[in-house]
Amino acid sequence: MSVGVVMLVHTAFDRAEQVARHWAAAGCPVVIHVDKQVPRAAFAAFERALADVPQLSFSRRFRCEWGTWGLVAATQATSEQVLASFPEVRHVYLTSGACLPLRPVSELIDYLADRPQTDFIESATTSEVPWTVGGLEAERFTLRFPFPWKRHRFLFDRYVALQRLLRVERKVPGGLVPHIGSQWWCLTRQTLSAILQDPQRQLFERYFRRVWIPDESYFQTLVRQYAINIESRSLTLSKFDFQGKPHVFYDDHLQLLRRSDCFVARKIWPHAHRLYDAFLTDPARAMKKTEPNPGKIDRIFAKAVTRRTRGRPGLYMHSRYPRKGREYGLTAAPYSVFQGFAELFENFEDWLAKATGARVHGHLFAPDRAQFADKMTVMNGALSDSASLRDYNPDAFLTNLIWNTRGERQCFQFGPGDTQAISPRLAKDPNAQISVISGAWAVPLFRSNADFVDLRKAAAEMQKVESAYLDTLRATETKARVRIWTMAEFIEAPMEPLQTILDEIDPRPQHRLAEAPRMADLTGFGQFLQNLKNQGMHPYLMGDFPVDQGTVVQDRDAPRKPYLVR
Amino acid sequence: MALHSPWSRYKLRLRRKRLLWRAFRSRHQLTVRQNRTRRIASGDILLFSTMRNEALRLPHFLAHYRQLGVRHFLIVDNGSTDETAAILQAQDDVSLWQTQASYKTARFGMDWLTWLLRRYGHGHWTVTVDADELLIYPQWDTKDLIALTQHLAGRGHPSLGALMLDLYPKGSPDQQSYRPGANPTDTLPWFDSHGYWCERRGQHKSVSVLGGVRARKFFQSDPAFAPVLSKVPLVRWHRSYVYFSSTHVALPPVLNAHHDLAGQERLTGVLLHTKFLPGTGARAKAEKARGQQYTRGPAHGAYYDALAQAPDLWTPDSVRFTGWRQLVELGLMTRGDW
Repeated sequence: MSVGVVMLVHTAFDRAEQVARHWAAAGCPVVIHVDKQVPRAAFAAFERALADVPQLSFSRRFRCEWGTWGLVAATQATSEQVLASFPEVRHVYLTSGACLPLRPVSELIDYLADRPQTDFIESATTSEVPWTVGGLEAERFTLRFPFPWKRHRFLFDRYVALQRLLRVERKVPGGLVPHIGSQWWCLTRQTLSAILQDPQRQLFERYFRRVWIPDESYFQTLVRQYAINIESRSLTLSKFDFQGKPHVFYDDHLQLLRRSDCFVARKIWPHAHRLYDAFLTDPARAMKKTEPNPGKIDRIFAKAVTRRTRGRPGLYMHSRYPRKGREYGLTAAPYSVFQGFAELFENFEDWLAKATGARVHGHLFAPDRAQFADKMTVMNGALSDSASLRDYNPDAFLTNLIWNTRGERQCFQFGPGDTQAISPRLAKDPNAQISVISGAWAVPLFRSNADFVDLRKAAAEMQKVESAYLDTLRATETKARVRIWTMAEFIEAPMEPLQTILDEIDPRPQHRLAEAPRMADLTGFGQFLQNLKNQGMHPYLMGDFPVDQGTVVQDRDAPRKPYLVR
Repeated sequence: MALHSPWSRYKLRLRRKRLLWRAFRSRHQLTVRQNRTRRIASGDILLFSTMRNEALRLPHFLAHYRQLGVRHFLIVDNGSTDETAAILQAQDDVSLWQTQASYKTARFGMDWLTWLLRRYGHGHWTVTVDADELLIYPQWDTKDLIALTQHLAGRGHPSLGALMLDLYPKGSPDQQSYRPGANPTDTLPWFDSHGYWCERRGQHKSVSVLGGVRARKFFQSDPAFAPVLSKVPLVRWHRSYVYFSSTHVALPPVLNAHHDLAGQERLTGVLLHTKFLPGTGARAKAEKARGQQYTRGPAHGAYYDALAQAPDLWTPDSVRFTGWRQLVELGLMTRGDW
C-alpha cells in the first residue's frame, strides 16, 4: 500500500520539481496541479522537466486564488486523478509546492500503514477555536463571498456590510456542521472517495462555492460525515503569524525543523538551499518511531508572537514607539524612588545597597549632573551623566536607564532640589515605587552653615516644590506605588517603614532588617523649625514637630551609634 | 496618530514635487564615467551612494553589500582625489557618475541620488547609504536582502528603518590601523548601547532617534542639534518618492512609519557607522576647509573642530559589538515577525 501525493503548485517550479522527484523516488505516485494563472510557457517547461518521472502526472488546471473555490476544485480534481490512476494508493497526502518532507518518505509510509483507517485532518467547529484572524468567524458560513478579497477588497467589504444590513443568513445544507482547520490533510481512500462520490456533492459544492476560504472548511466539514477515525491534526507543520499569514522557514530553522519530528513542513523559502539540501539529499536517517512533535516549535513561535504583538515593555525606539496608553508598562522593570531618606539618614545609600543588593544612585535628577552610583560619569552602555542631555528628554533618560539595567534593581534619590520635569512620568509609572519623607529637605538646611535669610528663602522654595510633587503623587491618575510619611511620623518609628521598603525591593521571606541606617543628629531641629515660623515661613510638610522633638529622639538612641532591631 | 489636514498633506506634496524638480535639474551636473545599468534585471536590488575619497572603506563596503544580495551599485563620485574612482571603475557591477559640483548645494548629494533613483530605481528595492554605513538586520548573516525584501513586501511595508550606530575604537581613531577590505568592526568594536532618545515628527509620520556617542561627546550643551540616527536606507522605490533631509526622512510619509503605535515591535535594522576609522581627524579638517559639511546651528562648528582632534570616544562602559543578536537584545534593532 502506498501513499499518493497531491501537489498544488503555483510558483518556484525548480523547488517543486525537486520535491516531486523526492516523493516519486520513494515510490509515491504524484499528481501535480499547476495554477491556471501560470503562463503556458512556464507550465510547459515544468511539465517537460518532470516528463521522465514515472508515476507522475498533471491534472486539469484551475484558477486558484486565495480564499476562493478554485483551490478546492483543484484539490478535488487532483485527488480524483490519484484515486483513479493508482488503485494501490491507500492514503492521499495533500501538499503544496512550498512543502518540504522532513523525514524519509519511507517513515511516513510506515507510519500511515500502521494506521490504515485513520484520517489526519485538522477539523474543529468554528465557535470553539480562536484561529480565525479578521473577524469573520461564523459569518464565513452564513454570508456569501463572491468577490475575491485580494483583488476586490472594496467590493468584498461592501458586500459583507450589505448582507449584514439585510441580515442574510444562509442555511448549511444536509445537516452539516461547519468545521475549519488546516488546508493540508492526509485522508484515506475510503474517506476521500466517499466525499468525492457523495450523491449530494453538487448540493454541497453549490454551498461551499460561496463560503469564505472553502479550502479550510470543505474537506474539514465533510470528513465528519464519513471518517471512521479522525485524528484532528495535520501531519504538515505550518505556523501562522498573528496576522494569519503563513510563517516562512529559512535556512536557520534547520535544527528547529529537525527537532520537530514532523513529516512535512511548509512554507519553505525557495532560496533556503541548506534546508532543501539537508532534507532532500539526506541518506535515510536512522528510523525513529517517534510521533511528530510540533510542540517544541510551537513554544518558540508563541514567544515570538507575543514579542511581536506586545513588544518589550520599556523599549522606545524607532521600531517601537507606542502611543499613550498602549505601552504595556512605561518602563522595563520595577525601580524605587526615595525622597527625604538620604537627607534624614547619613549613610542611606550605602546602607540600602548593602541591605538589598540593588544599584543605589544618588540624585539622578540633580541640577548639575546625574549622580550615578559609585560616582560614575557614564552608566552601563555609556549613558552620560550630563544634565543637559538628561533634561533635554528626561523621560528617555529614565526609560533608557531602566531598560539597559534589566535584571538589576535600580534605586535613586529624588527631592525638591532636583529637576522636577520627570515627576508626572514617575507618578504614572506602575513600576515606580515611590517613598517620600515629606519635609526632610529641611535637615540639610538645618545642618548647613548659611545665613538664616538664605535658609528661609530656600526652605520656602523647597516646600513649594515638594508640595506640588506630593499633589502629583496624590492625584487620582497616579499608578505608581506611593508611600508618604511626614518627617515627624517617620522618626517616631523608623524601623517599620524601612522594613516595608526592603520587603518591597526584595520580597524574600525572613529578610529581616539587621542594621538600620544612621540618622542625622536632629538636636535643635524643632527649634530650627520654630525659628522659620517666627520669621513668617511656616514649614508644614514635616508634620507636627514639637520644639524639643529632636532632643527626644536623641535621648532614645544615642547619637552616631547604629542600633539593631530584632 | 494625528490626522493630517488636507493642507499639510498638500504642503508635503508640494515639497516632494519641488525636490523632484531639483533632482531633475541637478542631472546636468553628473557626467557618466561608466554606465552598466543595462545589466540591471527586473527585481534586482540596487544600491545608490554618493562618495568622496572612500578608497579605504570601499573594498569591504562592496563585499558587504554583494554578500547581502545587492546586484548593482550606482555611485556618484563627488570629486575624489584618491583611488575611489579607479576602484569603482574596475568593478563589473558598478555604474559610475562623476561631478565636481557642490555637495552642499546638491542637498548633500541627495539631489543627484534622487535623480538616479528616479531614473533607475523605479520598481526595485533600493539601498541608499553612505560609504561609511553598513546595513545589517536580524539574521543578516543567513538571510539576504532578497528574503528580507520579500518578507517586507508580503507584509505590505514599502521600506525598512534602521538606526545608525556609531562604532568607535578604544583610543584616538587616528592611531588605529585598518587595512582596506578588512572587517571594520574589528578595528571599531565599541559602541554606546545606551543614551538614545526618540522624538516623534508627526508631520512625516517618523520617529527620529537621537543621542549615542556623538551626543554624549560633542552635543552635551546642545542636545537638540545632535545627529539624527534614524534612517530609511531600504525602500521599494517609486519614481515619485524623494529623500528629504539626507536619508533620515523620505516622502511620502508612509515610508517613515516603521514604528508601531500599538506597542508592537516592527522589523528594523542597524547601519553600522564606520565614520571613526583612521583618518577621522584629517577628514574633518578637510571637510571644514571645503565648507561642504552639514551645519545646523552653532554647535556644529565646535563639533567639526572637536572631530578634527580625533578624540578618544571610548569609556569603560562602552559595549563591545558582538553581532546582531546583541543589538536585538539591547533593543537597538528589532525582529518583529521576521
